[in-house]
Amino acid sequence: MIRFDQVGFTYPGATRPTLSGVDLSVDEGELCLVVGRTGSGKSTLLRAVNGLVPRFTGGLLTGSVWVGGRRTEDHPPRDLADLVGVVGQDPAAGFVSDTVEDELAYAMENLGVPADVMRRRVEDTLDLLGLHELRSRPLITLSGGQQQRVAIGAVLTASPRVLVLDEPTSALDPAAAEEVLAALTRLVHDLGITVLVAEHRLERVVQYADRIIHLPGGGRSVEVGSPAEIMATSPVAPPVVELGRLAGWSPLPLSIRDARRAAKPLRERLASIAPAADALSGSLADLTMAGVVPRSGAVLASTRSLHAAYGPVVALRGVDLEVRAGEVLAIMGRNGSGKSTLLSHLVGLRAPQSGRVDVDGHEPHRLGPADAIRRIGMVPQDAGLLLNADSVEAECRANDHDAGLAAGATAASLAALVPGIDPEAHPRDLSEGQRLGLALAVVLAPAPPVVVLDEPTRGLDYEAKDRLVGVLERLVAEGHAVVLATHDVEVVARVADRVVVLADGDVVADGPAREVVSHSPVFAPQVAKVLAPEPWLTVAEVEKALAGMTP
Amino acid sequence: MTATTPDASPVGARARVRESAMSAAPGSGAAPAVGRLARLRRHPATRRALHPGAWWLWAGGLAAAAMRTTNPFLLGLIIGVAAYVVAARRTSAPWARSFASFARLAVFVVVFRMVIQILFGDRLPGTTLFTLPSIALPDWMAGVSLGGPVTAEALVMAFNQGLRLAAVLICFGAVNSLCSPYRMLRALPAALYEAGVAVTVALSFAPQAVMQAGRIREARRLRGRPTKGLAGLRGMAIPVLEGALDRSVALAASMDTRGYGRRATVAPAIRRITSITTGIGLLAVTVGLYGVLDAGAPQGLGLPLLGMGSVALAASVFAGGRRAVRTRYRPDPWRLAEWVVSLSGLAALAGMIAAARTPGGGEALNPSFFPLVWPTLPLVAAAGILVALLPSVAAPRPPAFVTLPPEITKPEIEPDASAEVER
Repeated sequence: MIRFDQVGFTYPGATRPTLSGVDLSVDEGELCLVVGRTGSGKSTLLRAVNGLVPRFTGGLLTGSVWVGGRRTEDHPPRDLADLVGVVGQDPAAGFVSDTVEDELAYAMENLGVPADVMRRRVEDTLDLLGLHELRSRPLITLSGGQQQRVAIGAVLTASPRVLVLDEPTSALDPAAAEEVLAALTRLVHDLGITVLVAEHRLERVVQYADRIIHLPGGGRSVEVGSPAEIMATSPVAPPVVELGRLAGWSPLPLSIRDARRAAKPLRERLASIAPAADALSGSLADLTMAGVVPRSGAVLASTRSLHAAYGPVVALRGVDLEVRAGEVLAIMGRNGSGKSTLLSHLVGLRAPQSGRVDVDGHEPHRLGPADAIRRIGMVPQDAGLLLNADSVEAECRANDHDAGLAAGATAASLAALVPGIDPEAHPRDLSEGQRLGLALAVVLAPAPPVVVLDEPTRGLDYEAKDRLVGVLERLVAEGHAVVLATHDVEVVARVADRVVVLADGDVVADGPAREVVSHSPVFAPQVAKVLAPEPWLTVAEVEKALAGMTP
Repeated sequence: MTATTPDASPVGARARVRESAMSAAPGSGAAPAVGRLARLRRHPATRRALHPGAWWLWAGGLAAAAMRTTNPFLLGLIIGVAAYVVAARRTSAPWARSFASFARLAVFVVVFRMVIQILFGDRLPGTTLFTLPSIALPDWMAGVSLGGPVTAEALVMAFNQGLRLAAVLICFGAVNSLCSPYRMLRALPAALYEAGVAVTVALSFAPQAVMQAGRIREARRLRGRPTKGLAGLRGMAIPVLEGALDRSVALAASMDTRGYGRRATVAPAIRRITSITTGIGLLAVTVGLYGVLDAGAPQGLGLPLLGMGSVALAASVFAGGRRAVRTRYRPDPWRLAEWVVSLSGLAALAGMIAAARTPGGGEALNPSFFPLVWPTLPLVAAAGILVALLPSVAAPRPPAFVTLPPEITKPEIEPDASAEVER
């Protein structure tokens, strides 16, 4: 269905090729997962399938790409529209019309599909993706998960035989991601559509894949194989695979179900020991003390019966929250539960409708910008928005100036966080992880006691996440408080001390991470699901425990 | 759905009262039709979006009527009629809020026109109200004056002319909040479609830039930089433009991916004929429009040329449509309500033309400023404008859905079913 024939690609002005000598073919009806570190060329590979690379990017493509017997060199993307559907990373950026139904019909109108067929396919797609209640809604009023499903539906209605998706679940909460992935597997199983999908969060998708294309990056050749083959050696692997490698299970389990069947002996071995108390504060040992939640540090920021609304829609209904020194507080909840609203109140971007926000004895929205960043710092969802200088060095210098710091303070903060960034590089050319590091360095330079991060792991590969976890742990050790809004349950399991779950503007759970996370079917990390009822959350914990047992 | 269906607004209630009075009036020819519409409308299934073409014809008729008069009573009536219909029939979609902005713009236009008149306007003779200190300007600026006596005549003239422009703006704002610009685009014939897409993309630029500016302002505050005043404005322009540019490239890629611009092959002869007829048609329509809009144009120039041009354009659009492979999803039907709405707008224009033909009509439509006379209310023209109120009753109610203010574009706020029930 898709064939890459010795494909190489170099972006204009780049010194090294992004792809080189890529040879692969994807058969009809396969769900094929593209994995690799950030910057290894996943998006480039995906966009080459229908010729958006190089037609919309410039650059030099060598070799040839065939889709369904057509070569992208001879056919522009619009002539492949009936064959390939491509959904980009930011679905909202690709919307053409203004309501859901019109958006779904757009591709079919261009293809000249007869009216009665169009009507039927729109109805089918609305049902298939669970969008029927949204059919006449304006697109800009939809949540992230809804927008993603509309974007998939909008290419599906043209009934393409190939569907290409670039990180379809990165903006979605675990439940919404399941929904999108379930829809995708249904397309593969029932309609025989070939799906090519790139995703950083392997824990979500690897079990659905028929084959994996691994892009090692750095000019090495592409590996293609069955999920179990690739996962056995891949440097990027989900926790369930790492647990399998650790325990030496063969065949390597890819899904929770397979892992649980293999895990019985491991569970029995682990039953005798509790997770090390230092692995996570608020751990089991503390919990056993009559459910008393350990709260050591001083309160650095708090909200009291905080209400917020956007027009008729209530975003927060009386939220009480305390952020204490020396803890990582994770705020979780589905898309639209009020996480971002809560964060923007904490840092004073919005004034509370009623209730009170208190940061270090001040109401943050009344503080001047230069004053506010000394007390509470925030990295927004799109970290790149914070950066607008031409080079890393200029960015650091500008920040020293803005925040009134000694020259070189930001550069020092950056060197401590992510060493080895080229000071001449343009912030846009940095990898996702480096850009986050730079934004974090900029925010941390004035040394605010409280640091707020909104969805920091979006678009990060496992290695970058490891580094982020290290940075957060160090910040907490230095006495900072870290507030983290995220959908990433694996990162929460590794780094959070306390978890607050928001639903529909209410706090529905507030407690030690281990307790909150492992009792929720949605927010439980993979290791917890495999080893339940034993209270383990991460592979590292298990590894430590096993290492303590063997000698 | 059930919770939002009954329209509790006073406007809706008043509209219902009047409509039942109309349908009950004996001997009224329009009564059965209006009565049927009313019955249909009370049934929830009859909620639908009116054909955008009908709204544009209605607003176009009203705006053209406004162009032909400087009578403040008539202009005020036009503004009132447009505002009333908007209040009765606009949707809850984000674009429906644009009417308020247009209204503000209209007020600004009137005030601005008068300020300009006071400061720089021609020094017309008449009743001097007050005198501004006058500044002598160099010879090469002859014709422009700064300061000097301000007369009642000049002020009234400026007000009336400003009001005329305001009325046209209000009509345009009304149609924008009654149907989304994108719906009109979808109703365009295939040959004009691609030009239309360029217009929509351009239209979407402003709201996108506003949202991007909001995000950048937040980011600037997080950097500890000033967000207000000139310092805040500086340094925001480039990121906003960058964001808008990125979005246009993403949008172009997405449109191309979904088959925008696919073409069927057409014989070159047909293509050539198409472009020639398009040119002729556009020229004829332009001249014809001038004839219709400008009451001072020679008689017989307007309607015949407009008709001829329209025929030529229709032919070229039909021929050009064969190049595009597009089909249309759920085209809006053209039913009785569409006829009523579009004809009611054109009735306003017809009333205005008829009023100009009556003895002394021209004087009433464009009351004299020298000498200043108290304007009269030409009944024929006023009756025509009042007919344009019909859509507030005759147009079907727009479909209802829960919506949010436009600033919420982050995926974090999800209006769900419970929000709808609560309302």
